[in-house]
Amino acid sequence: MTSTLEADVMLRAERLAKSFVLHNQGGVTINVFDGLDLEVRRGECLILAGPSGAGKSSLLRSLYANYKPQSGSVLVRHEDRVVDLCAAEPYEVLEVRRRTLGYVSQFLRVIPRVPTIDLVTEPLTTRGVDPAEARERAGTLLTRLRIPEALWRLPPATFSGGEQQRVNIAMTFVQDYPILLLDEPTASLDVDNRRTVTDLITEAHEAGAAIVGIFHDAEVRAAVGTRSYDLSANRQAA
Amino acid sequence: MTGSVRDPLLQVRDLTHHYGRHLGCRDVSFDLHPGEILGIVGESGSGKTTLLKCVSGQLQPTDGSVSYRTRDLGPVDVYGMSEARRRLLMRTDWGIVYQNARDGLRMKVSAGANVGERLMAIGDRHYGHIRSEAVDWLERVEMDMGRIDDMPGTFSGGMQQRLQIARNLVTKPRLVFMDEPTSGLDVSVQARLLDLIRGLVGSLGIACIVVTHDLGVVRLLSHRLMVMKGGQVVEHGLTDQVLDDPQHPYTQLLVSSILPV
Repeated sequence: MTSTLEADVMLRAERLAKSFVLHNQGGVTINVFDGLDLEVRRGECLILAGPSGAGKSSLLRSLYANYKPQSGSVLVRHEDRVVDLCAAEPYEVLEVRRRTLGYVSQFLRVIPRVPTIDLVTEPLTTRGVDPAEARERAGTLLTRLRIPEALWRLPPATFSGGEQQRVNIAMTFVQDYPILLLDEPTASLDVDNRRTVTDLITEAHEAGAAIVGIFHDAEVRAAVGTRSYDLSANRQAA
Repeated sequence: MTGSVRDPLLQVRDLTHHYGRHLGCRDVSFDLHPGEILGIVGESGSGKTTLLKCVSGQLQPTDGSVSYRTRDLGPVDVYGMSEARRRLLMRTDWGIVYQNARDGLRMKVSAGANVGERLMAIGDRHYGHIRSEAVDWLERVEMDMGRIDDMPGTFSGGMQQRLQIARNLVTKPRLVFMDEPTSGLDVSVQARLLDLIRGLVGSLGIACIVVTHDLGVVRLLSHRLMVMKGGQVVEHGLTDQVLDDPQHPYTQLLVSSILPV
């Protein structure tokens, strides 16, 4: 089965449904959304809106195939074809994540004891970028995000919350992903760093990336958003 | 070249094994692609080690098939080939890392000879070449070069596991089986060994099947995860999806039972 997308559509969710069945808590079912349709085009930054608990993060994780939707599809333009992440084999999903679909989670989760600079360099070297060049690009980005060079050789486990979040951002933004999913990337950052991250996001979508994001800060939303999608309506329908 | 990179390296179909009246594993099917790391988790007695033994040519299953795509002949039935050919495959194109290093190492010969032996088994007769390859691999697993002529019995548990890995990877296998490779090691040694395995396997593009009861190990190492209970696969998918959004009651129980640090 081959799906198609209009020329500049990068990602489309069709009739997507997500619920959780908690088998060990009496089989309670939590419906998050149902029949959800959403489309993001090249150069667009779509903001997911809705109160806490509306299912914004669950939707973002479903778009990344980290959560498993009960039905529907998530079509992603990957190189010269379209992949449905809800139907793809695990190795295909990983290939899409490696080259096309970047995701910044709310919390940093990394391999213990790996130095920060290596964490940021690795996404590039696994794509075949020359190690010296990869390291330089990683260093440039870490500097821009105000991670002092003295910390690069250390694993981020002992860093502050804000520093960890900036390492997390660097690990994704070191590559030029065609599609970016951002889950509150500016949440624990001070004013200067929030501005830097806002700039990074703006540069990415001006360069043509399609972005879907959750931002609690109204200033950031105003600066980067091109359109907004409200999840509260979907919640009531579910 | 036989087949493309997209073709599975290993195909397991309807694999069932009974120990007399007792069930080992039942109706297990999966494909493994080149460079892919599959984790198999489940409690003791869930059938994961039985499955690993059946898939790796060590235990003939009661029913079902295991097909491996060889370099020269394409897909071949692992239990349909001659014993001699299967042994050759296990010595060259496959590696097996055992939980207990004593099962995977020869304890009566030196560390260097343990690695060199696998090369001799595939016909390398040049002493200088064997020695330099052995040294190269011992360096890659971060062994202390001063210990190359020592017997494995004098090594720590972590060093023995690293020696096993060097012994297996020296023949450049395409598929490596690992049974609880990090259990029984200190946590700090575990983390270092896992990072080493991840790096080597990733850079060489080796496919792996890793059996463990440790969900932390599979989160770090495996691309894909199979959860077993009572001899059957109850859930199978992308590792982070299975761990972050488990669907089966048993997987939900397993994931929610991890003790927070």
